[in-house]
Amino acid sequence: MQMLLSVGRTAIAVAVLALLGACSGDQMEAERHGGRLTIRGAGATFPKPLYEKWIGIYGERESDVVFEYAGVGSGNGIKFFLAGKDASGEVFEGAPIHFGASDAAMSDAEIAVANQRDGALLVPTTGGMVVLAYNLPGVIGLRLSREAVIGIFSGKIKTWNDTRIAASNPDLELPKKTMSPVVRLDSSGTTFIFTSHLAAVSPDWREGPGAGKRIDWPGNAMQVNYNSGVAQRIKLSEGAIGYTEYEFAERLGLPVAVLENRAGNFVRPAPAAGTAALQSAPEVPDDLRVFVSDPPGADAYPIVTYTWLLLRKRYDNPEERDALKRAVLWGLTEGQPIAAEMGYLPLPDEMIDLAKAKVELID
Amino acid sequence: MPNNPFTQAGSSSTITRPPSGAERTGDTVFRGIAYACAGLIVLLVIAILWQLGREAAPAMAEHGLGFWYGTTWDVNKEQFGVLPEIWGTLYSSLLALLLGGIFGIAIAIFLTQDFIHHRLAVVFRTIVELLAAIPSVVYGLWGIYVLIPLIRPAADWLHEQLGWFPLFGTSMSGPGLAPAALVLAIMILPTVAAISVDAFRRIPYKVKEAAYGMGTTKWEAILKVMLPTASSGILAALVLGFGRALGETMALAMLIGNANQISWSLFAPANTLASLLASNFPEAGAVEVQALMYAALVLLLITFIVNVVGLAVQQYTMRKFEGKQ
Repeated sequence: MQMLLSVGRTAIAVAVLALLGACSGDQMEAERHGGRLTIRGAGATFPKPLYEKWIGIYGERESDVVFEYAGVGSGNGIKFFLAGKDASGEVFEGAPIHFGASDAAMSDAEIAVANQRDGALLVPTTGGMVVLAYNLPGVIGLRLSREAVIGIFSGKIKTWNDTRIAASNPDLELPKKTMSPVVRLDSSGTTFIFTSHLAAVSPDWREGPGAGKRIDWPGNAMQVNYNSGVAQRIKLSEGAIGYTEYEFAERLGLPVAVLENRAGNFVRPAPAAGTAALQSAPEVPDDLRVFVSDPPGADAYPIVTYTWLLLRKRYDNPEERDALKRAVLWGLTEGQPIAAEMGYLPLPDEMIDLAKAKVELID
Repeated sequence: MPNNPFTQAGSSSTITRPPSGAERTGDTVFRGIAYACAGLIVLLVIAILWQLGREAAPAMAEHGLGFWYGTTWDVNKEQFGVLPEIWGTLYSSLLALLLGGIFGIAIAIFLTQDFIHHRLAVVFRTIVELLAAIPSVVYGLWGIYVLIPLIRPAADWLHEQLGWFPLFGTSMSGPGLAPAALVLAIMILPTVAAISVDAFRRIPYKVKEAAYGMGTTKWEAILKVMLPTASSGILAALVLGFGRALGETMALAMLIGNANQISWSLFAPANTLASLLASNFPEAGAVEVQALMYAALVLLLITFIVNVVGLAVQQYTMRKFEGKQ
């Protein structure tokens, strides 16, 4: 399956390139003759649909620059950004990569590596929700308490009619089916967001499995690659429940659980609840690495995140620098309504101002 | 001495003569090539083993025997163990061997023991062998979209009625041991059937005639004479089929569920060594690659043991039932 998927991923990247080429055959031609500037980025798969849409719309306005984006996962995005290219030569055939993208920002160690060269600036572009999608015929509007979520993903809740689930669902008739959690096998920003939330909620989780892009899941969890893979596995498996980004569950029409937030309210994943969560974030640190692991707001959906662009502090080529800066500023302003249309969470206004200021720092 | 047979043999007027220089050379060259090819295969196996061993050496030193009975696969804490995968590999392969073996031998008996016209038998045999030509990814997709929905009602019923029995202890969610074993059984069926058919065909016709001459019925002849006589060939078929089941990757990676647990339940998701290798390699860092190499070595060793045991059993039955040494 993995091989199939990685072939598929390459095929998608190729298809995207082909599409870009098809839209503008003469543009590719011009680029080959050195007439046009190409700016490449790679990273998280979660904002990929949005970035591609932005590239499509912005590309029409600024036709002398070509933007390309490859969805290779947050882990690889950071790796390629630090190396300045895909060392194995698979993505963009090893051509230089100008920016990265990550749902897990960058760790201090990774920023330290970046500082040895041109430095790193983290610019949030949009937000998103992680939902718990499930497949349980006849059960709609499942409500999960924080205790139940921890119990399911630590393997302690074995069947769906467990009292910990039934307690918050008095109106539902829960079957005696076996609980089958579905989790990510690959190094994933989504896993990082979800496990950060679990670690914020439960001290036991913090001490045990912890938070990370890849963790040790309990034995009964089915491990699958990519957001799309998790959503598909849930769709195939009765009694399955798994975490995935909002759109992926939406796309397959999977029911999603209503989750208990820090204030003790049960909140349905919806753009308004997500935005409320982002706004209720505590103080934003100077490097804009703000993780909203457990938002305090009363109407806030509990599992939300920002997703970041990884930009260098210095770009040697002034043309590339200016084109990239203009594009990112466009995404932070005119791009935001597009994000909202596509089911992402637009940035709160104060965050937009902070992000713009960061972009202006690029030298 | 015109009648000397030796000079006659040496003369060019007869067809018998010692081999010419060119023939000798051809013979030597062919023998050389044959030896070289045989040697090359041995070298290749040694090279693969050496390469695997070298890459796995750090993991072997680090985890030692604990790797065999460890149950976690935690990249962050660098703890690796493959007991759930060994369990899943053997469990799914044995189930597949049971199903595929019974069906394969039944097909072989049906095709060779005068149940149908021999022309029809050829057609049937070709159809069974066609199963071997289907790519495993197609089996995987078929398993996901056809087989799982098909067996779900039966699995639900078994779990509801006989849930106390460990084999039916969990409800079937989707990918898991049962669909994986069923697909594996179909995949090894052509191997088992084709080789068993050949084993039955090799029995001289007079054996069957002798059996009938002793007054046996058709089924007595099949069960008490033909089956034991073909047993070494059938065992070879089973060993080959089992080997294929152990190493099958793609279909299992799609169907087994990729859950690192040890469960008796037929409907629970599990994992196999080959599927672990296939799904973890693309994302693996240096330390995990070493552990995966070690896992590959474990799989190789299991396959080797299975083949050696199979060979020993085969030798034993040959002596016991066929009177050969």
